[in-house]
Amino acid sequence: MNHSSVKQSFLALFFGRLGRYALHGVEQVGDASMLGLRALSLLFVRPWQGKHFILQLYALGVGSMVIIIITGAFTGMVLALQGYYTLAKFGSESLLGAGVGLSIIRELGPVLGAFMIIGRAGSSITAEIGIMRVTEQTDALEMMAINPMQRILLPRIVATVIAVPLLVSIFDIVGIASGYVVGVELLGVNQGAYMAELIAKITMVDIYGGWIKAIVFGFMIGMICTFMGYRSEPTTEGVAKSTTEAVVVSSVGVLIIDYIITSFFL
Amino acid sequence: MIRGEQLSKYFGDVAALNATDIHIRSGKITAIMGGSGSGKTTLLRLLAGLEQPTGGHVWYGDEDLCAMSVRRLYELRESMGMLFQYSALLNSMNVYDNVAFPLHEHTQLDESVIRTMVAMKLEQVGLRGFEHLMPSELSGGMAKRVAFARAMAMDPRIVFFDEPTSGLDPISAGVIATLIQDTSRKNRMTSIVVTHDVHAGLAIADHVILLWQGDIIAEGPPDAIRQSDDARVQQFLHGRPDGPIPFSRSTTSYIDDLTHKPGTIRLQS
Ligand SMILES: Nc1ncnc2c1ncn2[C@@H]1O[C@H](COP(=O)(O)OP(=O)(O)OP(=O)(O)O)[C@@H](O)[C@H]1O
Ligand SMILES: [Mg+2]
Repeated sequence: MNHSSVKQSFLALFFGRLGRYALHGVEQVGDASMLGLRALSLLFVRPWQGKHFILQLYALGVGSMVIIIITGAFTGMVLALQGYYTLAKFGSESLLGAGVGLSIIRELGPVLGAFMIIGRAGSSITAEIGIMRVTEQTDALEMMAINPMQRILLPRIVATVIAVPLLVSIFDIVGIASGYVVGVELLGVNQGAYMAELIAKITMVDIYGGWIKAIVFGFMIGMICTFMGYRSEPTTEGVAKSTTEAVVVSSVGVLIIDYIITSFFL
Repeated sequence: MIRGEQLSKYFGDVAALNATDIHIRSGKITAIMGGSGSGKTTLLRLLAGLEQPTGGHVWYGDEDLCAMSVRRLYELRESMGMLFQYSALLNSMNVYDNVAFPLHEHTQLDESVIRTMVAMKLEQVGLRGFEHLMPSELSGGMAKRVAFARAMAMDPRIVFFDEPTSGLDPISAGVIATLIQDTSRKNRMTSIVVTHDVHAGLAIADHVILLWQGDIIAEGPPDAIRQSDDARVQQFLHGRPDGPIPFSRSTTSYIDDLTHKPGTIRLQS
């Protein structure tokens, strides 16, 4: 084989793979939405799952709080640091507050927050449901006249839809606060300018935009992670594989949806 | 009355069950026996509606299980119980909550009443006093007995038992077999018992179904089965290694595989 044909076949292989991945991903997301919508259609059907929803919300929300606070804090701090040195070159350190605030509220809060929640809570949702299937616990529920879709999937999906925006808001607040500490207290940016720019440049549209992203991410994470668990092959590798896949597909999904939503809001 | 009509189930190309007609008598004990992989669990899951058949129907009276609304299916299941081959306890809950689960879900009974009922069911399987243990802290046999107690918690009309005595010591196995027999007689409960245990199966059943590779090879009351002159039935009942039922499920000869197949082990001459 000569050089160019090697290159050609490599490209063919590469794009073939890529295409297959993309198709597979789209298919998975489609199936996940179908299952998720079926679970959601049981939202208004008796018996109400209020108690289980609260339990899930607690596990998901409170359980992810620490990691969200830590990542929020360091994100805000590093943004202030980086922003300061860049802005200092143009002598516009006073814009630091606006820079940190806007980046966190519009982009980093929802995206990084979603990533952390996927890693912390999404993966465990998938593994938990997968193991319930492997050990026939979902079948046992079926036989005890409990619909696993309603009892197991639904509360987890609703809990993620609600928890993600709340956690992202915490991320935002902590991030902005720690950005302030680094910018004003450590680097000595004027406090009045910092706050004034922060308040002046951030509009309600930015805040709503961030929340909309967070809600959509929550929806997608809930649907994909429960779906992957529910559809995992009833083997050890099956559960391992679907847990990985849940993390990968929902993380990539977050980035793609993030781009789409951002393009609407700009 | 539960009836399977031309029931079949394929997993890919593997036929776990071939177009089988089956008739479960109400208020009686039906034992489904057969070797490993003969399709017993598959048949049980089809009858319980946990699996969609590839072909055929399951009738509960004149209702088709596969065409039933979810609501109706769950309504029926409130009067059913199932003991799974590997217990399938909810492992986030302790023994007490597992056994009490159906009672908590489907009755408005007072907790004190539920506590008494759970104690009663656990006493029957010899595990009263183990309420606080988690499923991970139980031995296989104990888990199976808890699962038995859970299956019986609602005093069901129909119970599916998948290998109720396998993995149990002879005494527990005897107690469980007697328990199935007694409850069935007393409550006119319909029991479908899948088992390898020829002795127990023949002893407690009113009707025996013998499966082999997805087909029913014999069916009838225990005495008729014992006296069957089908060589396969006799081989199974007496556990003989040689006979019409081969022990190995491979389709090719072991020696041929070793000696002739390219790319596999070569025997030195
Ligand atoms: N989920 C599945 N996927 C693929 N094949 C399956 C599946 N379940 C069962 N089978 C196949 O169907 C056949 C019957 O299996 P089944 O579990 O019903 O056997 P069994 O009689 O219960 O065996 P045992 O006594 O060992 O429990 C086997 O050949 C098995 O390989
Ligand atoms: Mg079996």
